Amino acid sequence: MPTFLLLNSGIMWPSVAAGNLDLLSLTIFVILTIVVGAVLLILSELLGPRRRDPEKETIYECGVPLLDSAREPFTVKFHLVAILFILFDIETVFLLPYAVVYKKLGIVGLAEMGVFLLILAGGLVYLWKRGALEWD
Amino acid sequence: MSDSGSPLMDVFFAILRAVVIFAAVLQVVPALVYFERRLAAWIQDRIGPNQVGPVGLLQPLADVIKLAFKEDLTPEGVDKWIYRLGPALVYAPAILAFTVIPVGMDLQVASFDVGVIFLLTIGSFSVYGLAFGGWASNNKYSLLGGLRASAQMISYEVALGLSVIAILMTAETVDLNSIIRQQWAAGTLGLLQWNIFQQPLAAGIFLVAAFAETNRLPFDLAECEAELVGGFHTEYTGLKFAMFFMGEYVAMITMSALMVTMFLGGWSLPWVEIPTTPGVGDIALSIGIFMSKLIVLLFFYIWVRWTLPRFRYDQLMGIGWKVFIPLSLLNLGLTALSGVLGWNWLIPLPW
Repeated sequence: MPTFLLLNSGIMWPSVAAGNLDLLSLTIFVILTIVVGAVLLILSELLGPRRRDPEKETIYECGVPLLDSAREPFTVKFHLVAILFILFDIETVFLLPYAVVYKKLGIVGLAEMGVFLLILAGGLVYLWKRGALEWD
Repeated sequence: MSDSGSPLMDVFFAILRAVVIFAAVLQVVPALVYFERRLAAWIQDRIGPNQVGPVGLLQPLADVIKLAFKEDLTPEGVDKWIYRLGPALVYAPAILAFTVIPVGMDLQVASFDVGVIFLLTIGSFSVYGLAFGGWASNNKYSLLGGLRASAQMISYEVALGLSVIAILMTAETVDLNSIIRQQWAAGTLGLLQWNIFQQPLAAGIFLVAAFAETNRLPFDLAECEAELVGGFHTEYTGLKFAMFFMGEYVAMITMSALMVTMFLGGWSLPWVEIPTTPGVGDIALSIGIFMSKLIVLLFFYIWVRWTLPRFRYDQLMGIGWKVFIPLSLLNLGLTALSGVLGWNWLIPLPW
């Protein structure tokens, strides 16, 4: 139930306690962000003058006449980086819960994480050796 | 969080918090632009903006008005909706990420149990904005700029995330206010309790990765005027360009604020006792402390920008993957070892 309805009911106060209030201010913050963003985009279209000109609407590539479209295949290196990123980022996410409880898990947890990290570091070394990290 | 007793007042304060923090962050941007231009002028031994208003203070306002009344050009062949979405997707994540930052004692827009994770998640959405803007422009330079920016950001995000995890291990919590409380100790020696001294390696990695994440010099390969015209925002004019600009500055503020929180003790100072039941004065003081630390870091950001030259792209990616990721993995391993086995000499220096 939205918070403003709870305000009038008068009987459900406990559910408006701290946690929900945080949610309320977050919601307002998100709404503000969206509204300001949309207003800026719309104002941008409305405020300025409109003097259309085919010459002006060409793509700016240093004043040289366009050779072809920019919708072309680009180097596969960028895809490789993206795939590697997913691998390592998932590992980061996997480490997050461990970070909070690592003292409670003690030696056993340390050993398990150590094995995990070693496998991962091994992967990094392998990538390095195969030249996946070279950029040329 | 203010416990005024009356639920209605609590709701009012919750709304006020959101509105005031939102407005404040947006207001800091023009101030920061002015600050940067004056500092740049000072560093380069020239005058800088000094004509509009007293000592040029109204210059950012003049810039905003100028940008607002520029013609909104949509070049031919662009993908219209993605072209419009680009700037919005750079600006929105940057400011949304600020919601979990404690700007004063237990004072933030929203406190979750997962503060840092929320910030990292939302913050990384701006990659989409850069990639969309670059791709939709139908300009080869923009495309290259957008691709470079996204590859750079995701590469450094791994190192950033790993150094954050080291901090979480030191603090054993994900709540930013608890991380600040854990960094507090009385007296001048209490300074050593700050994570910048407890986790020097993580602090260094985070600092560099933060520069790369916000596309600031020496890592502004995405824009790189000399080779890519303006990078992903070459084809943008008027307020759409202003939104990219705003996104960059807000991201810089958010990153600095996160650094203050995680490494520099946030809103606390070792010489000031943290009260258990804070009054209005205590909260105002804590906001002041936070702001001063933030200004120092922002000054550092600008100082670096106007001092260092730009990296080459292959060097940038090489450093990211071959230096910072192994280093942060090593730091993580050392932190875990020293925490579990109690060998405190592994990470911290002799104390």
